Amino acid sequence: MAFLIIDRRPNGKHKGAVNRQRFLRRYRKHIKEAVADAVNKRSITDTDRRDEISIPRKDVSEPQFRHGKGGRQGHVLPGNKEFIAGDKIARPTGGAGIGGSGGTASNTGEGMDEFVFELTQQEFLDFMFEGLELPNLVKKQLKDTEAYKLIKGGYTSDGIPARLNVVQSLRGAHARRIALSGAIRRRIKELEGELKTLGEQAESEDRVQEIKIELDRLDRRLNHIPFLDDFDLRYNILIKQPIPTSSAVMFCLMDVSGSMTQDIKDLAKRFFILLHLFLKRNYQKIDIVFIRHHTVASEVDEEEFFYSRETGGTVVSSALKLMEEIVRERYPASDWNIYAAQASDGENWAEDSPQCRDMLEGSILPSVQYYAYVEINSSEDQALWHAYEEILEKYPDRFAMRKVTDSSDIFPVFRDLFERKSA
Amino acid sequence: MKKRKPIAESSEWTFEHLDAYETELARIAERYRLDTYPNQIEIINAEQMMDAYSATGMPVGYHHWSFGKQFLSTEQKYLRGHIGLAYELVINSNPCVAYLMEENTLTMQALVIAHACFGHNSFYKGNYLFRTWTDASAIVNYLLFAKNYIAECEERHGVEATECLLDSCHALMNYGVDRFRRPAPISAEDEKRRQHEREEYLQAQVNDLWRTIPKKEKVKVEEWPRFPSEPQENLLYFIEKNAPLLEPWEREVVRIVRKISQYFYPQRQTKVMNEGWATFWHYTLLHTLYDEGLVADGFMLEFLQSHTNVIFQPAFDSPYFNGINPYTLGYAIFSDIRRICEQPTDEDNRLFPDIAGSDWLDTVHHAMANYKDESFILQFLSPKVIRDLKLFCILDDDNEKEIEVTAIHDDSGYRRIREELAEQYNLSTQEPNIEVQEVDLRGDRSITLRHLQHDRIPLSEDDAKEVMKHLHHLWHFDVHLETMLEESVTSRFICDDESVRIVTGEKAVQTKSKAEV
Repeated sequence: MAFLIIDRRPNGKHKGAVNRQRFLRRYRKHIKEAVADAVNKRSITDTDRRDEISIPRKDVSEPQFRHGKGGRQGHVLPGNKEFIAGDKIARPTGGAGIGGSGGTASNTGEGMDEFVFELTQQEFLDFMFEGLELPNLVKKQLKDTEAYKLIKGGYTSDGIPARLNVVQSLRGAHARRIALSGAIRRRIKELEGELKTLGEQAESEDRVQEIKIELDRLDRRLNHIPFLDDFDLRYNILIKQPIPTSSAVMFCLMDVSGSMTQDIKDLAKRFFILLHLFLKRNYQKIDIVFIRHHTVASEVDEEEFFYSRETGGTVVSSALKLMEEIVRERYPASDWNIYAAQASDGENWAEDSPQCRDMLEGSILPSVQYYAYVEINSSEDQALWHAYEEILEKYPDRFAMRKVTDSSDIFPVFRDLFERKSA
Repeated sequence: MKKRKPIAESSEWTFEHLDAYETELARIAERYRLDTYPNQIEIINAEQMMDAYSATGMPVGYHHWSFGKQFLSTEQKYLRGHIGLAYELVINSNPCVAYLMEENTLTMQALVIAHACFGHNSFYKGNYLFRTWTDASAIVNYLLFAKNYIAECEERHGVEATECLLDSCHALMNYGVDRFRRPAPISAEDEKRRQHEREEYLQAQVNDLWRTIPKKEKVKVEEWPRFPSEPQENLLYFIEKNAPLLEPWEREVVRIVRKISQYFYPQRQTKVMNEGWATFWHYTLLHTLYDEGLVADGFMLEFLQSHTNVIFQPAFDSPYFNGINPYTLGYAIFSDIRRICEQPTDEDNRLFPDIAGSDWLDTVHHAMANYKDESFILQFLSPKVIRDLKLFCILDDDNEKEIEVTAIHDDSGYRRIREELAEQYNLSTQEPNIEVQEVDLRGDRSITLRHLQHDRIPLSEDDAKEVMKHLHHLWHFDVHLETMLEESVTSRFICDDESVRIVTGEKAVQTKSKAEV
């Protein structure tokens, strides 16, 4: 008996990955809705946790001809305890009971209304950020680039076989053969001409013999010239050329003033966490600058931005001023695609709002690609909102503002702000 | 008693151990005349097992979203602990590939080797259904051909179009088998070679069937022969050969789905026998190992515990009840055949005069080779098994207020239980009986299917509507499905370009006569 034991464990996992993708693609609309739902319901700290997705079972069903309920159906069941032939049993109410289980009911759990499955975190984020992008990402430059492309850089006599350029090599060989054989072929021609003239005269036997030997020798020399020689070989050479990449920086401006209650701060943080995840995931090279402000603004790191509890009054322009400084020092607008997202409850020192407007208009907006303002507020519009409305009118393509009242607004507003505009 | 010299003491398995067990089991199996394909044992992990699940165990398969759905659903249930994964999975191929889970203990590995590599394997090789319907040596190649062909279709005609077509074919998959005709075995090598000629030839045939150019001698409408001349049970085959507007590649895809469905048909017909046979043999083989002193007492205890779990049958009113466990039923019948042969009682002598006292090995081999679930139960389900499982029979008639218990495990009930249980495994009554009745060649080109209703059991309407749409997708013209109860049409599904509607009663009949005019 022949047999074979094979360890398949090292073999490819994810053999069914294509089928999985097919399924996800087919139900992308459903899944997208479920993902958006899930994101809204989450606590802030696990926004990126993967989650169970459920789709109405009838939408994923694969129909078959099958029997429905009704008619005369007999069933054989195990485990009789007290029945005897002729007993009558009340029909169980509500779908599957004694009758349904033995027969044709599918074994996949007909009773469940939802088809539930789990996405990987990767897939979850894919669905979360699908169709989003940073708008106007246009400035490209060569500084600290990491991307190269290979371009043709002529030929070299040295290289790997895979890069051999056949045409160039043969062309070189041809030229060499012509050059090396020229003198010989000229001599052969002369001798053949002489042979022709001699052939008519009978007395030149010896000379004819001589010429024939000479021709023979020349032929052999001709044959010794190789068709292709090592030094004929030419290889393509590829050189690395840096390609311009876009470098971008995102400024996250968050109001942490006293008027921002814990709830409002949570909403703001939710927004920035989404933004942070989105940028980290979709753009490998992007700088993120975190600025928090009350009456004074300070640049902080990620940890402090999301978790620090410091608070105070409100001067929004302080943050704008700090941003402007940082841009001037570290992110010259000529090289960088600059983005900013600001979140606030809109309450500001009365005289400060016009100042903010002027700063935005005067120095910030001309240098940024996109500026998004999110006001988290359940009451009526605040001074800052009115001030910003004027800006919106002038710069509709690079300025956007949205209002958020509770956590279920965050994800839609986020999607709205960064939706890919059809070109 | 001989001193025990167990093959292994530990519960962790190694490749040497598997090898040793395989060798010993093969030696014993030969003594019991288990004829098998060469075994190929593959060790896999949980994720690979889930992959195998969703590809119906096959090592290759074409891509389709429904397999992804299957995977996600298995994964979800597994991760939540609703189901354990099978210890093994074995496919009917030559060599016979058996997947073993890496986390099985050594005892479990020995059990599943006995179960899969000798039990199932010999069943695949010996049972008449598998012998006539499947070609174990060709299936993997055929699946590879199918995978490549469908990938090519996706490239040429788009993933979307191919997927839609497969959806439609899958909806009719259970009606893609020849239930009665004996087939020519599929031959994978020929498949590719013949495929091109088939494409062209087929298209020509179809065109001829649908020719609209009038013939010289005018034939009166009534004289057109009925088409098809006899009702056709294999819907996919009928579509492949006769659907008017399918492109050649679409016909080939229909054919692929049909072929694969046909390949799995024997498995669907022998679930009880196949599992029963494998369970019977793992029990017998491991006991023989024990008798020879090759395994220790601890091994046997672990094995018996697993074995007991495998053949556990919850009662009908238990929350764990999920139908009759095919392992239990099959194992009980095969064990009982052995008992009847070795220790027949008066009852056995009366009821099974042919096998009582005969050679048990001959008898179980004969039973394995020549029956399918339905006939196996009808032939071999003994009163003893009925009593042990306390089987009883109920009748659920929607004209009656209550469900009636019609038979229990007593003298007057055995026959009825046996017949009803056999019927429960008869695929042709478990699935609605639907055939192609007629195609209106000269009129609106509609196709009419006929559902022969049995015991007034209706079709599930929602499903039927969806399937009708798929059928329309393949046929491209109106599709009718009439339900016949005792010679008269009771209802009719009509699927046209826009929708599916149902008409019942008088109207259903009228619509038909209109179609015939």
